Amino acid sequence: MEVFLEVCSRLTDGFINAFFLFILTLVFSLPLGLIMSFCTMSKFAPLRIPVKLIVWVLRGTPLMLQIFAIFYLPGLLRLFVWPQMNTGWEWFDSTFSTRFIAALVAFAINYAAYFSEIFRGGIQSISQGQYEAGQVLGMTKSQIFFKIVLLQVVKRIIPPMSNEIITLIKDTSLANTIAVYELIYEAKEFMTVDGLIWPLFVAGAFYLIFVGLLTILFNHMEKKLDYFRS
Amino acid sequence: MALLEVKNIRKSFGKSEVLKGIDFSLDKGKVLSIIGSSGSGKTTLLRCLNFLETPNEGTISVDGNIIFNAEDTHRMSDDEIRKNRLHFGLVFQQFNLFPQYTVLDNITLAPKLRLNEEKLTKDEKKHRIDCITENAWELLKKVGLTEKSGHYPCQLSGGQQQRVAIARALALTPDILCFDEPTSALDPELTGEVLSVIRDLKSSDSTMIIVTHEMDFARHVSDEIIFMANGIIEEQGTPEQVFDSPKSPLTRSFLSKSIESY
Ligand SMILES: Nc1ncnc2c1ncn2[C@@H]1O[C@H](COP(=O)(O)OP(=O)(O)OP(=O)(O)O)[C@@H](O)[C@H]1O
Ligand SMILES: [Mg+2]
Repeated sequence: MEVFLEVCSRLTDGFINAFFLFILTLVFSLPLGLIMSFCTMSKFAPLRIPVKLIVWVLRGTPLMLQIFAIFYLPGLLRLFVWPQMNTGWEWFDSTFSTRFIAALVAFAINYAAYFSEIFRGGIQSISQGQYEAGQVLGMTKSQIFFKIVLLQVVKRIIPPMSNEIITLIKDTSLANTIAVYELIYEAKEFMTVDGLIWPLFVAGAFYLIFVGLLTILFNHMEKKLDYFRS
Repeated sequence: MALLEVKNIRKSFGKSEVLKGIDFSLDKGKVLSIIGSSGSGKTTLLRCLNFLETPNEGTISVDGNIIFNAEDTHRMSDDEIRKNRLHFGLVFQQFNLFPQYTVLDNITLAPKLRLNEEKLTKDEKKHRIDCITENAWELLKKVGLTEKSGHYPCQLSGGQQQRVAIARALALTPDILCFDEPTSALDPELTGEVLSVIRDLKSSDSTMIIVTHEMDFARHVSDEIIFMANGIIEEQGTPEQVFDSPKSPLTRSFLSKSIESY
């Protein structure tokens, strides 16, 4: 029993780190993805083509490889080194380590690429008539986007977005390939140090419960937007 | 002087010329119906008037002021286009209501957004919003939908949706209200309610341009009829002239066909 509590407590620490990686990835990748989706829909080729190429590479190569590349390449190519947090607050500095930041950057741009394609699909599925109705009523382009199109897009993209976001929480475990401390990292410690396998399954339960909560949240959002049909 | 004057409007898509020089004028308070077979350019003409398409040639004047001139070398800014297009309102075949807003909010959304462009104190703004809302109720009464004010578009029949779309267009008090086949997407039993709203508008002296396939309606509501064929105005006149004694053989064959299918 004592061992079980010990395992749970340390896995919780690992989970908290995974959760930070998850949340921060969303914070950066959602707006970045929206900007990228506008770029890929732009009529201006010097903007559209490079971003399309970037999306292709990001979706076309394994995330694990991208994490490696982003962590090691800047140093190998002598471009820059990932910064080390130095606030003096030990918990903060160790949680947001150099490795964590490199992983976060990799996750954020990788997920931004996937999100941008979902946004693009959502935005392009809105009928031309909605834009034209806004136009003839004298609205500006940004008014049309924010007041008319956006909520309809949100409603349409909730199902694919929830899929992607659920995948993200499990993908955070890939960060341990560059030794970022997180849930699976901690569970593997039990295996290598204490010879215990079952903490890995407890870790699985952590993901499962969290995904369950996310599912409830997304269902709730879908219901919330059920009042209109477009 | 005519309220609207359209001169030599030409519009091509790629190589095909869809409007080949359209000239007409319309006096204040008059109703103009545009008839013609599919592909003759009726929708394109309305879209040009509403700045959804940019004509390759020609001018459009409202109240003696040129609001569009294809010759003008300087390209109009988005703001200018927005200001100029408000002389016109457009009711679409497919209604195009905003699904996430209630009936009332569909009508008040655009007028409220326009307030952001003026510098107003809090009190002034509140007063203006009250006016907009009051006006929206007035319009809902006009189209007979006060009891649906809190409904969403998906909860309305096609005929009701189109009436909301008419109220929404009227909320910006356009000089000229254009209709593009307002009843074509409706079940036959629902066309009556929409047509009767348009008839009421005529009696309140609105200036309107109506593209329609409802010949009977066009004859009775219009002061002026334009028959379009292949991108030109083939025949123009009063309903009596065009329907009872058409001069052009094209008009004659179009009318006899549409009576057959009626
Ligand atoms: N955006 C566009 N690009 C290319 N061709 C177009 C475009 N819009 C219209 N056309 C063409 O212009 C011609 C006239 O179209 P328009 O929609 O104005 O006809 P209409 O008189 O409204 O016909 P209907 O009675 O079927 O509505 C058609 O041949 C159409 O294919
Ligand atoms: Mg048409």
